[in-house]
Amino acid sequence: MLVSIYRYNPDTDAEPYMKDYEIDTGGKDLMVLDVLNLVKEQDPTLAYRRSCREGVCGSDGMNMNGKNGLACITSISQATNGKKKLILRPLPGLPVVRDVVVDMTMFYNQYEKIKPYLINETAAPAIERLQTPEEREKLDGLYECILCACCTTSCPSFWWNPEKFIGPAGLLQAYRFIIDSRDNATSERLADLDDPFSLFRCRGIMNCVNVCPKGLNPTQAIGHIRSMLLDRAT
Amino acid sequence: MVTNATSLGRNGLYDWLIQRASAVVLGVYFICVLGFFLCPGEATFADWHAYMTSTYMKVFTMIALISFMGHAWVGLWTVSTDYLTSLQLGKAGTTVRMIFQGGLALILLAYLFWGVQILWGVK
Ligand code: SF4
Ligand code: SF4
Ligand code: FES
Repeated sequence: MLVSIYRYNPDTDAEPYMKDYEIDTGGKDLMVLDVLNLVKEQDPTLAYRRSCREGVCGSDGMNMNGKNGLACITSISQATNGKKKLILRPLPGLPVVRDVVVDMTMFYNQYEKIKPYLINETAAPAIERLQTPEEREKLDGLYECILCACCTTSCPSFWWNPEKFIGPAGLLQAYRFIIDSRDNATSERLADLDDPFSLFRCRGIMNCVNVCPKGLNPTQAIGHIRSMLLDRAT
Repeated sequence: MVTNATSLGRNGLYDWLIQRASAVVLGVYFICVLGFFLCPGEATFADWHAYMTSTYMKVFTMIALISFMGHAWVGLWTVSTDYLTSLQLGKAGTTVRMIFQGGLALILLAYLFWGVQILWGVK
């Protein structure tokens, strides 16, 4: 099978280029990460990230035939969708470190802005802060995020304003802490998102929902935060 | 919190609300204007003239014009801060964006005063 991969080594290449490889998959519908491993046997200079190889760590997010996803849990047939050639590129919108490895700093900076930890000034109980099953249920569909950045790097609003717009992953997490019954910084968290960029750059394009390998829905979380902002301001 | 001096309300929610509310006003306004022509019977100039110079329609036209200004500013301000930035245009970004926003403000104000003149000029 023909595989075309984005190659760029800033130390030796003036410009990025696409390089083709012919890979013998043995007729099997391998995962894209397996294909990368086979390419690496042919050409050890290829760089990519991976760790868990089962969709848990979020390190091998990349663009496969135009769609972001995790290489380890996307099969060749899912990625190519009937096309002959498998085309692999780095996640769009972030600086390339080398080949399909991107620099995630801008993504993490946005994540950091939403204060991704519980804030609670009341005295800590002896053992732990308890939640009712109903309160815990509110975190479903939010806590599962593995910060793979597939969503944020598919969002045009993030491409245009990566330093101002928090992006879908960060906003999903913002909502995760806003509705956590153990957190009581809700109004500060909302106030931090009330400017024209941090949240309101979301234009409801829903690319994020389309690519999330965990099936999460950042657009919906953004909608919930917007309703809360509306609620407190009108 | 990302602050900005040129957004309409300097607040995301405010801009968002203006955008939605003005869209509704403009939508209803155009239905009213088009509705005149869709009504059964012949549409004569005299009827049209009477319709548009009635106080109701004059006030509504003013509200629509102001909604148009708000809608256009929020929308095009957003476009300018997406595409006319230093990320897209390099060093010239800020200058180009300011010229665009300044020009836009002038055009919108011109439309407003021109609209007022037409509305209250027609007898
Ligand atoms: S929301 Fe989904 S796509 Fe976005 S970072 Fe989390 S797991 Fe990845
Ligand atoms: S819905 Fe919002 S956050 Fe998601 S891709 Fe679209 S603009 Fe980005
Ligand atoms: S290698 Fe961990 S998510 Fe793919």
